[in-house]
Amino acid sequence: MTKLLNELSITEAARGLRAQEFSVRELWDACATAAQERNPELNAFLELFDADDAAIEAAQKRIESGEAPLLCGIPLAMKDNILIEGKIASAASKMLSNYRATYDATVTRKLREDGALFIGRTNMDEFAMGSSTEHSAYGPAKNPLDTSRVPGGSSGGSSAAVAANLALAALGTDTGGSIRQPAAHTGLVGMKPTYGAVSRSGLIALGSSLDQAGPLTKSVADAKLLYDVMKGRDPLDATTIPNGTYEKKEVGALLRIGVPRHLLTDGIDEDVAARFNETLARLETEGHTLVDVSLPTSGYALPVYYVIMPAEASANLARFDGVRYGLAERGGSLLEDYLKSRTAGFGTETIRRILLGTFVLSSGYIDAYYRKADQARSVLRAEYDAAFENCDVIAFPTTPSPAFKFGDKSDPVSMYLEDIFTVTANLTGMPAISVPMGNVERDGVSLPTGIHFTAPLGADDLLFKIGALVTDETL
Amino acid sequence: MSDMKATTEDVKRLAALARVDVDEADLSRFVAEFDSILTYVGKLDELTLPESGRNLSVVRNVLREDENPYESGTWTKQIVEQFPVKEGNSLSVKKIISHD
Repeated sequence: MTKLLNELSITEAARGLRAQEFSVRELWDACATAAQERNPELNAFLELFDADDAAIEAAQKRIESGEAPLLCGIPLAMKDNILIEGKIASAASKMLSNYRATYDATVTRKLREDGALFIGRTNMDEFAMGSSTEHSAYGPAKNPLDTSRVPGGSSGGSSAAVAANLALAALGTDTGGSIRQPAAHTGLVGMKPTYGAVSRSGLIALGSSLDQAGPLTKSVADAKLLYDVMKGRDPLDATTIPNGTYEKKEVGALLRIGVPRHLLTDGIDEDVAARFNETLARLETEGHTLVDVSLPTSGYALPVYYVIMPAEASANLARFDGVRYGLAERGGSLLEDYLKSRTAGFGTETIRRILLGTFVLSSGYIDAYYRKADQARSVLRAEYDAAFENCDVIAFPTTPSPAFKFGDKSDPVSMYLEDIFTVTANLTGMPAISVPMGNVERDGVSLPTGIHFTAPLGADDLLFKIGALVTDETL
Repeated sequence: MSDMKATTEDVKRLAALARVDVDEADLSRFVAEFDSILTYVGKLDELTLPESGRNLSVVRNVLREDENPYESGTWTKQIVEQFPVKEGNSLSVKKIISHD
C-alpha cells in the first residue's frame, strides 16, 4: 500500500525528494491540505502558516544540487512556546495572544538553516502547564485516534498534528513529561534530551532548570535526526553543555535494562503493565538482560517536582506584567496595570501554579518545601547514578494508563499523577525517550501505550539505540 | 507542614504577592485545591535526606565577559513594535512618583 505524502516519516520523505518521486511543493501541499481539512476538528494548530514560496523553492534547489541536509524541505510543526521570528508565539495564553517573536529560537534557527519548513504553531496547555491541552486558552486539542480523548500534554497539539499526519514531525518542550506523555498517548516517539544538550534560547520558559525542547516523530530514526540537528553548545544559553561534559560509558551490542519493579506494583492498568512486560520479555529473548534496580526516593519525585516547577514558574511568569509586550490592561495606577493584565491574561491552572510557587518560596516555608525538594533532587540523581552502575538504561511505562477522556482529570492532583514516571528525568536532567509498545482497548477503541527509557546524563544516543530495538528499526 | 490548612486569607495574601486578583468565587475553590496539593506535596515530610544533599560537581554558575554587544539599533524596530504604548522608540509608562 502506497502512503500518501503527508503520511511519510522524515527519512522516507527525504529519500523520495532525492529520488524525485515528488517535489518539496507537493510534500508541503499534502501536509497543508490535510491540516486545513482536519484542524477544525482536532484544534492541533493555533495557526497554520501560509506557504513560504521562497523557502520552498530554495529547498527544492538545494535538494537538486545533491548537497541538502535530510531535513531540507520537510514540513514541521512547532509548539507555540518556541519562537519563530515574525510569528505569534502565545504559549496558548491570552497573555501573549498578540506577541510576535522578535527573534528565532536557536532550535528554530538550526532547523531553518537545514531547510526545514514550518507549517504552523501547535496548541498546548497554557505556558506548558498540563498533561492534556485542556488548559489551553484556545480550547483543547483532540486525540486523532479517538477525539473524545486528550492527545496528552502539554505538547498535545504537536502530538495530534503528527499522529494525524498534518506534519511529518513536530517540536515540543518537556518540563515534566510534556513531550513523552503526548507521544505515548498518540503512538509516536517522543524524546527529552539531557538538560543542556539543546539550547533553550527562544523557548518561553516554564521551569528553567527542567525545560528542554525535543522531537515528536513517527520513528526513532526521525527523532535522532531532529535531535542531531538541534543539539549543541549555544552562546545564547549558558546552560548548554559542550561535547564531552559527561563521561561516555562503553555499551555493548547487548544492553542491560534496569527495571525498578518496586515502583511498578500498583497504580498501573493491567493491560498497560502486560504490554510493558511483553516488550521487556521480547528484548530479553533477543539477548538483552533485565536487571532489578532500586530507586527508593523515586516515590517522592512527583511531590519534589510540584515544589520545584511552580517555584520556577512563578519566578519566570513574573515578567508578564503588561508593560513592555503582551496583554496590556490599564488601571488607575501602575500596580493596577499589573493586576489587571495578569488577572486577565493568565488562566486558572497558571494562576494556581503561580500561587503555589509563591507559597513554597515564601519565607517560613522555603526551607520546608523548596530547599528540601532541591536536596531530594540531588538524592534522586545519586540513586540513578548508582543504578546505572549495573544497567545501561532504566525502563518504565511512560504513563500508567492510555489517553483519558476530556474532563476525566478535573482535580489538579489526578492530572499531576499523569507525569509520575516522566518527571524524574527532568529533575535529574537525564535524557529519556518514549516509544510505542503496543495497544490496549478502551470502549472498543484501540489506543497506543508507550515504554519509557532513561539513560545516564549525556547518553542520549543510547536512547535511540534501545528505542530502535523496540520499534524494530535499523538506524 | 503536611497538616497545614490553607485559609482564604493565605490565598488572598499569595495572590497579592503574585500580582493577581482572585475573585470570591474562585477563592474557595483555590483554598480547597491548595489543601489537596499541599497534602500531596507534604509527603516530602516523611523523607529523610542525608546531610550533604547537594551535588555541586557538575552544576556551576557560568559567566561570560561582557563583550561583543549587538550593534545599537539591530533589534529596535521589532522590540518597539511590541510596546503597548509608545512615543517614537520610547516605551510610555505610568508616572510612578506622586506628590501625595
